[in-house]
Amino acid sequence: MAIVRRKFDAVIVGAGGAGMRAALQLSEAGLKVAVLSKVFPTRSHTVAAQGGIAAALGNVTEDNWHWHMYDTVKGSDYLGDQDAIEFMCRQASEVVYELEHYGMPFDRLENGKIYQRPFGGQSQNFGGAQATRSCAAADRTGHAMLHTLYQRNVQANTQFFVEWMGLDLIRDEEGDVCGVTALDIETGEVMALQARATLFATGGGARIFSASTNAFINTGDGLAMSARAGVPLEDMEFWQFHPTGVYGVGVLISEAVRGEGGYLLNKDGERFMERYAPNAKDLASRDVVSRALTTEIKEGRGCGRDADYLLLKLDHLGADVIKTRLPGIREIAIKFAHADPIHDPIPVVPTAHYMMGGIPTNFYGQVVAPYKTGPEEVVQGFYAVGECACVSVHGGNRLGTNSLLDILVFGRAAGNRMIEDLKKNRHHKHLPADASDKALARLSRLNDQKDGESVAQVGDLLRKTMQTYCGVFRFPDMLKQGVEKIGEVAERAMRTEIKDKSRVFNTARVEALELENLVEVAVATMVSAEARTESRGAHARDDFPDRDDDKWLKHTLYFREGQRLDYKPVRLKPLTVESFPPKARTY
Amino acid sequence: MKKLERARWRCRRGLLELDIVLQRFMDEYYAKLDEAELEQFETLLDLPDNDLWDMINLKETGNGNLQPVLRLLQKV
Repeated sequence: MAIVRRKFDAVIVGAGGAGMRAALQLSEAGLKVAVLSKVFPTRSHTVAAQGGIAAALGNVTEDNWHWHMYDTVKGSDYLGDQDAIEFMCRQASEVVYELEHYGMPFDRLENGKIYQRPFGGQSQNFGGAQATRSCAAADRTGHAMLHTLYQRNVQANTQFFVEWMGLDLIRDEEGDVCGVTALDIETGEVMALQARATLFATGGGARIFSASTNAFINTGDGLAMSARAGVPLEDMEFWQFHPTGVYGVGVLISEAVRGEGGYLLNKDGERFMERYAPNAKDLASRDVVSRALTTEIKEGRGCGRDADYLLLKLDHLGADVIKTRLPGIREIAIKFAHADPIHDPIPVVPTAHYMMGGIPTNFYGQVVAPYKTGPEEVVQGFYAVGECACVSVHGGNRLGTNSLLDILVFGRAAGNRMIEDLKKNRHHKHLPADASDKALARLSRLNDQKDGESVAQVGDLLRKTMQTYCGVFRFPDMLKQGVEKIGEVAERAMRTEIKDKSRVFNTARVEALELENLVEVAVATMVSAEARTESRGAHARDDFPDRDDDKWLKHTLYFREGQRLDYKPVRLKPLTVESFPPKARTY
Repeated sequence: MKKLERARWRCRRGLLELDIVLQRFMDEYYAKLDEAELEQFETLLDLPDNDLWDMINLKETGNGNLQPVLRLLQKV
């Protein structure tokens, strides 16, 4: 079927920090760039990042990119690729100063330099004293970054397609990517956006879990489009859970609460973190605290009728401290948990927060897959950055403040690489005749479905299945059942029916398409998790409690077709420095 | 055309907190708003996420003309 085509030099799907940083690079080089976004760019999920951007500027205490690299490798539980991690940490200062020149309102020290604050997992001298490495704009770093990048992109004539959704990647018979098929939500029109370079920056997909800190837009669209087009997904078993999401809604209660002296209690009123992490206690790293909460619940020491949450106690800090230092958190607790922390503890559970896995790329942002002759062949014309990509700098576990750094460094690197590649590829490749057929077939299936399933019900079932069978702790029998259950959910999602068949602003259609994307992410996660018989970083197996470097120091690659798994080695060799060999990870 | 769907989609935000509060608002109050209130709601939806959230969460007053709808948002 013929649909309208439009031609650009580059098409970017996603207008969060990563997409906009790459777009800026391209637009300022004079290229014609289209950026698609489901929502207005400054409402992307980057806005939720509070902590800051890690960069060894050394403005407060002595610092060094090599120390930052060590922390990142160790934090990743040695699953991070050390060439990419060196690349990121070395460029950190430069991308932060660049952002400063773009007008980013960083907090300042008295001497006028960028203010930096300490954050978990950051050390001096390879595991020594706490480092002070996080560059922030109050608790609104992500917000400030998005606004800065958006303004700059407008000046550079980046063309935004707001309220557009990517449907499918377009690949020709050689496997090269030549654009995307996309839906204009406003008109319901489907269009082929043809490009010499296509970049995915679609963010995460933690909406696959019922307890999630992610905004509703985070449905893993880019991952699903890649998987449907035959591109593998890497390390999908690794999801970071934040230990303190508000029970029942997922809204995040920041580590700041525990930093100020708040602590966790079980139903017996016991401060249980003293048992799990005698030194760091409630301030131990996210994966350690999340596992402790889950163990307490599993062993029957959870609170409430279903014994399925723990309590975060703050009242001992006193009303004054709570009102002056944690006012936003108090209001969140009142609004979402109906508990005023001045008197009552906040009910919390470990909550899915960040996806370490994603579309496999090298540190130029080029998508790589074992589809021709080598294990990491470049997929021509295709790039990915940010949470949807797996470079992999976060490996099995991401450190706080490394995500904003990730999107700046690799957003810029991908932009630069695309500019180089576009100099060589002067002409658009021919769009295959069937370029948009699959996307159109999915739409017409949805339109024609009779006696089908409810999108909301199947979505709920998907999220419950992932939470129950593939949560913080993973059990062998549960994972096996989980693979079956999620397969059943996937089948039901193929039979969804929508009542509204109209074209203009049909949000029911968009939500049904998002559900199909969530299914791809969920199945990839469950299948990858079932196969990895070790515990590493955020992937915690009850039956294999230890890291197994002999067997599992490798990246998972999930292929949608036949749900096949393959593996590739971790890149242990950095660019210029000595490798950090795997050793036990203790804090 | 499709005023409700448009409003519902523009309640999709970068912050989960706003997603939840705005969805509750849509379910409980949107259908009952008069013309003036609908306009206030549109104006509020155009604000950046953090500004809107602070107005709702920290009870920041902001523009007095927006008070009626803002009070409802603070309540849900």
